[in-house]
Amino acid sequence: MLRMKVRLLFFAVLRDIAGSDEQVLAVDEGTTARDVWESLRRTYAKLAAYTQPPMIAINESYAAPDAVLRDGDELAFIPPVAGG
Amino acid sequence: MTYLTDDPIDPRALVESVMRRSDGAYVLFEGVVRDHHEGKAVESIFYDAYRPMAEKEIESILREVQAQFPDVALAVVHRLGHLIVGDASIAIVAASPHRAESFAACRLVIDRIKETVPIWKKERGPDGEEWVGWQGQC
Repeated sequence: MLRMKVRLLFFAVLRDIAGSDEQVLAVDEGTTARDVWESLRRTYAKLAAYTQPPMIAINESYAAPDAVLRDGDELAFIPPVAGG
Repeated sequence: MTYLTDDPIDPRALVESVMRRSDGAYVLFEGVVRDHHEGKAVESIFYDAYRPMAEKEIESILREVQAQFPDVALAVVHRLGHLIVGDASIAIVAASPHRAESFAACRLVIDRIKETVPIWKKERGPDGEEWVGWQGQC
C-alpha cells in the first residue's frame, strides 16, 4: 500500500484543541478527508462527539468530506466561520 | 490584491480607492466589535483566518457580486488579530453611478463573506473566552 504525505492545518478552535498549527500525516492511498476527521475524533476527546466533520478545504478550496486525498495535499477542517 | 490586514482600517482610503468620476454614490459598511454577544459581555475579539484561502474566497465573492452588479466598483478589507470594543473588523465600499446598486451590492458582499470566508473569532469577556459558532454546531 502506497503511503502519502498530507499536510493538515489547524485553525481557530481546532488549533486550540490540537495544540498546534499543523501536522504532517502519513496516510494510505484512498484516504478521505472524512477518514482523517475520524482519526482526529479518536485522538482528541473534545472532538469525539462530532460525528460529522465541519466544512473541509483541500488546497485552499472547499471540498466534499469524501474527497480522496492525494500526496502533497494541504487539508484543513473549517469550523463554522464567523467573519465580518 | 490583499483583503486582509493586521492594522486598523482606514475607511477613507478604502473609499478613495474605488471612487470613479462617474460614481454618484457610495455605500460604506463597517462591522464593529460590540460589547455583548448572546447575553454575554464582550471586551475584545481575536480574529483568526486561513489567510490564503480567505483571500481567494473574498476575491471570488467580489467577482460574483461584480457580475451581478456590473456598474458597481467594490473594495473590501477585513482586519485580523486582537480588536477591542468599537474597533472596525471589516469595511466594504460599493460605489456606483446611482445609489440603489451600491446598497444592494454592499449588502450582498457582507452577507456572502459571513457565509463562506474562513475567518473565525474568539470572544473574550469577564466570563472567559469562546470561539463563536463552535459550541455544538460542528
